[in-house]
Amino acid sequence: MRTAPLLPLEPTSTDEVVTLRGASFGYGDGPVLSDVDLSIRKGEIVAIVGPNGSGKSTLMKGVLGLNERVAGTVTLFGIDSGDFHDRARLGYVPQRHTLSASVRATAEEIVATGRLPRIGWLGRLRATDRQIVARSLDVVGLADRAATEVSTLSGGQQRRVLIARALAGQPEVLIMDEPTAGVDAANQHVLADVLDRLVERDVTMVIVTHELGALERLLTRIVVIDGGRIRFDGTPEAYAAARDRVHHDHDSHHHDLELEGNHPSLAHGPLDVSRTDGSRP
Amino acid sequence: MIDLLSVDFMQRALIAALLVGTVAPMVGIFLVQRRLSLIGDGMGHVALAGVAIGLVSGAAPVLTALLAAVIAAVVIELLRAKGRTNGDVALAVIFYGGIAGGVVIISKSPDGTPANLMKYLFGSILTTQRTDLYVFAALALLISVTTWALRPRLFAVANDEEYARAVGLPVLPLNIVLAVLTATTVVVAMRVVGLLLISALMIVPNATSQLVARSFSGGLRWAIAFGLVSSVGGVALSYPLDTPSGGTIVLLAVALFVVTAVVTGVLARVGSRRHDVAETHAHEHGAECGHPAVTHGDHVDYVHDGHLHAAHEGHYDEHGVHHDHPAGPTPQAEGADGSTSVGTAPGPTTGSRP
Repeated sequence: MRTAPLLPLEPTSTDEVVTLRGASFGYGDGPVLSDVDLSIRKGEIVAIVGPNGSGKSTLMKGVLGLNERVAGTVTLFGIDSGDFHDRARLGYVPQRHTLSASVRATAEEIVATGRLPRIGWLGRLRATDRQIVARSLDVVGLADRAATEVSTLSGGQQRRVLIARALAGQPEVLIMDEPTAGVDAANQHVLADVLDRLVERDVTMVIVTHELGALERLLTRIVVIDGGRIRFDGTPEAYAAARDRVHHDHDSHHHDLELEGNHPSLAHGPLDVSRTDGSRP
Repeated sequence: MIDLLSVDFMQRALIAALLVGTVAPMVGIFLVQRRLSLIGDGMGHVALAGVAIGLVSGAAPVLTALLAAVIAAVVIELLRAKGRTNGDVALAVIFYGGIAGGVVIISKSPDGTPANLMKYLFGSILTTQRTDLYVFAALALLISVTTWALRPRLFAVANDEEYARAVGLPVLPLNIVLAVLTATTVVVAMRVVGLLLISALMIVPNATSQLVARSFSGGLRWAIAFGLVSSVGGVALSYPLDTPSGGTIVLLAVALFVVTAVVTGVLARVGSRRHDVAETHAHEHGAECGHPAVTHGDHVDYVHDGHLHAAHEGHYDEHGVHHDHPAGPTPQAEGADGSTSVGTAPGPTTGSRP
């Protein structure tokens, strides 16, 4: 099965999915993130890494139009974000498991909401939309749980419901906030396998995370954010070489960085996941 | 019953109860979902000011109440959207300003007796006029059609507002529509349930339905069923018992909730004693776990060492021995230490999937 979550490739001028030029974002009382230049192209699997409070979530919400842009420009698919209205092209997978616990709903009902931006103001889900919803659940390995009430699913399964919801909108890029946070090891590997499948389908991904963990082998690029600025931007190989330098000024209370090898004793140990996918652009 | 139906005002009251019992839970489920269960109560307060203005000015109280409640609904949503920290306080000012204004203005009207006030606050089947009924029917139709047409979007916004905003759904307009639907429901239910109790008919049937439903659409259907039983049953009972219709309806709804809670609680206890839980294993059954999936009645089981495992909440239920796949070496060995074997699956297998 080859679903095509991507629209046909557009001319190279719009090869850049997200472009930030001197962008600053904040919540009113001054910017949390200043003067960011970043450009993400089609096909890239980018991790935005940084400790809690570093500004990485602010960056992501800025791209999604969920907070205030104080300065600079954001260009989405070659269109200035102010004029960009087809927001379904960005697939957002939020961090909190926002699956409503106040009323019962099935996985399928949640995933179907991801289809709404594609069917207009008053449209109903047609047979093809239902198929896309079913396929989205299948891609994340939850086809057999479509009718299951989401609050009875495990944390990892709930994350995958949120990924399926984003996929149902047939986005051109997936923007994920901490997909592995609070997910146990077994489910992290299931999650990584799901993302593997999306990589095979040429889905562009931006993964905001404070720990690379099981996802590291998928990446083509790592961007480190700390103190509201970009500290590193390069390939996983360059990151591996530079990671001590990038993180050397951190205290050990950043537990996430401990896992990434902030401690010299761990820097080249069994926790380093071998990267098998370095050939990707 | 025939006696009951032959009384003219009872006919009108039962029709009004049918309308209210249908639309109040329909709108209420989204309020429960947004954790705004008490907002209908506040709108009832404001509607009282509208009723009072109608009584004093000689305009139809239903229309002035509708106007007041709808204006309050839009203002409330705009205040909420601003996200100011004092938004909650602003709501209190609007709500209590509404009910206090209502009480004071009514006292100046020709019909401004305490008995008249009680009718509006707690409902009275006697006050439903024939012309009111036409207005209520039209409003109830409007509420039903709007809710049905916008249901998927109202669900999406109430489920995850930030996501809805990120993908470009019109969040603020949808929230305003829901607030106006709530205000309209308050006015439709005003005569039957009363302004102080209307919120109960929006929320309590939904609380009951959440005890039995397993999906949002199921929850909505159950809520309408419980709402209809409460409202029609309450009106029918209030006549022979000579009790206020609003209080009777709400007491019936609460009784339904208590009975349902007890019954589902007992059934869950019996069920958990009866069903077998399979041994725990660290991996999760799915398309790629290596265990064959077989259809078993209405669900899918996975054959694990010859036993059928069915997903149930956080664990797997033991569904007996599977005869086509007797116990034997499974495609994957489990890590005895509880570590997972999922990661050992050879490569991504997407290409081979149907």
